[in-house]
Amino acid sequence: MTRANGRYDAIVIGGGHNGLITAAYLARAGKKVVVLERRHLVGGAAVTEEMIPGFKFSVFSYVVSLLRPEIIRDLSLPTHGLEILPLESTVTPMFNGDYLAAWPDADQTRREVARHSLKDAEAYEEYSRLMGLMAMAVKPIISMIPPDPTSLSPRDLRGLLKVGRHFQSLTEKHFHLLYKLMTMSSADFLDEWFETDVLKATKSASGIIGTFMGPRTPGSAYVLLHHYMGEIDGAFRAWGFAKGGTGAISESIGRAAKALGAEVRLEAEVKSVRTSGGRATGVVLANGQELEAPIVVSSLDPKRTFLKLVEESDLPAEFVGDVKRFKIRGSSGKVNLALSGLPDLTCLPGMGPHLRGAISVSPSLEYVERAYDDAKYGSFSKRPYMDIIIPSMIDPGMAPPGKHVMSIFVQYAPSTITGGWDNMKRDAFGNAVIDAIAQFAPNIRDIIIDRQVLTPADIERITGLTEGNIFQGELALHQLFFLRPSPGWAQYRTPVKGLWQCGSGTHPGGGIMGAGGRLAALEILGAGA
Amino acid sequence: MTSVVNRCLPGTPFHQRTAPLVEGQTWRRWAGYVVASSYELHHDREYHAIRSSAALFDVSPLFKYHVRGPDALRLLDRVVTRDVANAKVGQVLYTPWCDGHGKVIDDGTVSILSPDFLRLTSADPNYRWLGENARGLRVTIDDASESIAALALQGPNARTILEHAAGTDLSKVRFFRLTNAIVRGVPVTITRTGYTGDLGYEIWMEAQHALPVWDAIVAAGAPYGITPAGILALDVARIEAGLLLLDVDYVSARKALIEQQKSSPLELGLEWTVGFDKPAFVGHEALLAERARPAEWRFVGVEVEWEPLEALYSELGLAPKLPTTAWRTSVPLYAPDTDRQVGYATSGCWSPLLKRYLTLAHLEAHAAEQGAALEFEVTVEHRRKRARAHVRPMPFFNPERKRA
Repeated sequence: MTRANGRYDAIVIGGGHNGLITAAYLARAGKKVVVLERRHLVGGAAVTEEMIPGFKFSVFSYVVSLLRPEIIRDLSLPTHGLEILPLESTVTPMFNGDYLAAWPDADQTRREVARHSLKDAEAYEEYSRLMGLMAMAVKPIISMIPPDPTSLSPRDLRGLLKVGRHFQSLTEKHFHLLYKLMTMSSADFLDEWFETDVLKATKSASGIIGTFMGPRTPGSAYVLLHHYMGEIDGAFRAWGFAKGGTGAISESIGRAAKALGAEVRLEAEVKSVRTSGGRATGVVLANGQELEAPIVVSSLDPKRTFLKLVEESDLPAEFVGDVKRFKIRGSSGKVNLALSGLPDLTCLPGMGPHLRGAISVSPSLEYVERAYDDAKYGSFSKRPYMDIIIPSMIDPGMAPPGKHVMSIFVQYAPSTITGGWDNMKRDAFGNAVIDAIAQFAPNIRDIIIDRQVLTPADIERITGLTEGNIFQGELALHQLFFLRPSPGWAQYRTPVKGLWQCGSGTHPGGGIMGAGGRLAALEILGAGA
Repeated sequence: MTSVVNRCLPGTPFHQRTAPLVEGQTWRRWAGYVVASSYELHHDREYHAIRSSAALFDVSPLFKYHVRGPDALRLLDRVVTRDVANAKVGQVLYTPWCDGHGKVIDDGTVSILSPDFLRLTSADPNYRWLGENARGLRVTIDDASESIAALALQGPNARTILEHAAGTDLSKVRFFRLTNAIVRGVPVTITRTGYTGDLGYEIWMEAQHALPVWDAIVAAGAPYGITPAGILALDVARIEAGLLLLDVDYVSARKALIEQQKSSPLELGLEWTVGFDKPAFVGHEALLAERARPAEWRFVGVEVEWEPLEALYSELGLAPKLPTTAWRTSVPLYAPDTDRQVGYATSGCWSPLLKRYLTLAHLEAHAAEQGAALEFEVTVEHRRKRARAHVRPMPFFNPERKRA
């Protein structure tokens, strides 16, 4: 596979899911490809690790909804071990001992929401339908390579025309709705629909994931839609959990890439990208080894790629400025627990279907907004918003029989915490998370066998992701589509010829979606490489 | 640890009585409840009870709204297409209602229980829609869907049975009128309505008193062949009666994903329900404008002809295969001897009474003349064929006793 002197057709930097996808598609087209991963395992932020014997953690990223079905088909991922199990309910415990649940069935959910508000129960169905429609409307944009609106090339014009025609096909009502989604705060947007506070809190929480915004921050409504675009087997809006944890996704892509002829090298950290005459010519590894290829693809975030791997003198000053201004803004942490039993929710004691879905700690809009206030002023949230799942309830193989693992996505944990993160702050953060859970599941402390607390600083240290943001850049509207990651360089190209990007920091960004990895490969192949 | 979460869909207030009768555990979902598809393993005896004696249906899952207050009539008059403002106490009106573009959202009945107390029934939830249209009106709206139970007693013996059960003379209660009565000590409202196109009544009562009413009617009906009947039997009867069904024969304007999925009352054969001369109601202007244009679509009865259908099967040495239950899919209809699709049937059944293959269909207006010939797509031994069909008057079955 390797040519004798370490020459390849393409080198992919970073063995996260996007890097592996790019490599697989390039290999499928007959290219000699190598993936260089710094760690001892593939996956990047999508890894499963057995931190405590018998207990498997989806260490960072933990659910999947956005992985493109065409990638699953093209790379035959199920034959390489991928199986995505449904994760269909969400339960939000409330301070008054009640709860709000969203079940997989519309009738069940209508009955449940009607306990809180009859009006909201009906609005809920209409809201879901409209958001589905909006997701449909935006979906073709996600699947296309973003055109450059300032370019006059026939290809960009065709692309812009397609986007324009697509928007024209929306009814006036839908266009207005889209406009609102792009400008309003999720709280204001939801106020137009619902009266039940806990419902708005839980919905708005999905509008802040991966952002440094609160539910009352303008622009957060768009993220509601971003999360509605999840798609499993063509079914919109279904969230899932990969059997074996999110690492199983990366491993299946890795196996697919290898089966297609790609080489995957572990513990092979890239120190720099070599250039010659404004062209990428290869990479230099941390161990000093040099690899050559006319194509170098970075799946790392834009800051790491352009500010650490490439000489600043190889890049236009304006571009470097854009990259420096690109907002990564890590805002979340992760806590993984090994448990001797199941949490007993005060609102729903005992075992039940609610433990097979998500538990959202978003009891009120004010709770979530106050969690943001802490972060805004440089601290982690004393009472954070949390999205909790118990993977062992979905895939029993994640923990020893009768034992459980709990995955807790925590927001906000700003990477830019005042004074920087240290061990004491990490412990305090972990304690705040457990305290916040104990409000609703008092037995939590009694069942913890061990815990793994990951601050953004830890996530950055382990994965290399700048500011520990698993989305490789905030999902704010001003950083999406033709602006992702930088105006003029949103087509996976970079100012260095032969150097490409394929990570979540590119369009369409965020989540275990893989679209960046796939579209980058198609663009590279289309460029006649 | 046992769960406190109970996600099981509830049965209706009659569940205690109906559950032991369901021989094959054949339940189906209706508006968040489970109801019997059929009680016996085959629904044919239940169907024939509708036409020959009396069938008793549990129709409690219908959505029901109580509108009270001095502006109750005004609210319903504003929402639905029928002229409610000029209706009399004791009347029941069948009516659709529309969005602002004159596209049908839902259909149901409005019962005028008193000058300031109306009950609306519907297939989908409408609490929010009523509330949005009630701004500025002196009304209260209660969702009575769970608190009111309902039975439908349908068939030639329905009147006799109900007269015995209620101890009252029902001969004065005309078609689409209502009366109040007491059944085994329980106050009930009896409306002369139903979904079968036969002589029949619907009985409305507080849910907590549902069981004695069921017992009284079943006891009174025993000598007259009363038969509990499920949705499968009802579905055949409603097609014979030409009564349309939300989510089957049309898509609610509220749920339509694209414009062409929506229908106006005129396109659904419900022009007669539109009070064009009313001062104002939701969708009024759009409907006036639509009336002034030539119609594009019609909703009609289409009969698939027996002989051509039989021929398609006999060519292969087979007897014709007929649907054993009413179907709810979309079947293309073509102009004769062309490949031009001019419409589609949305419901169909073999009528055991009429011995005719009946369908309800949307047709382009030019192809929807009475008696117009069509071709109906039918799959015969895995091959697509076309059987000759004709537009026929609806209702297909309309016995005199229905109104007598």
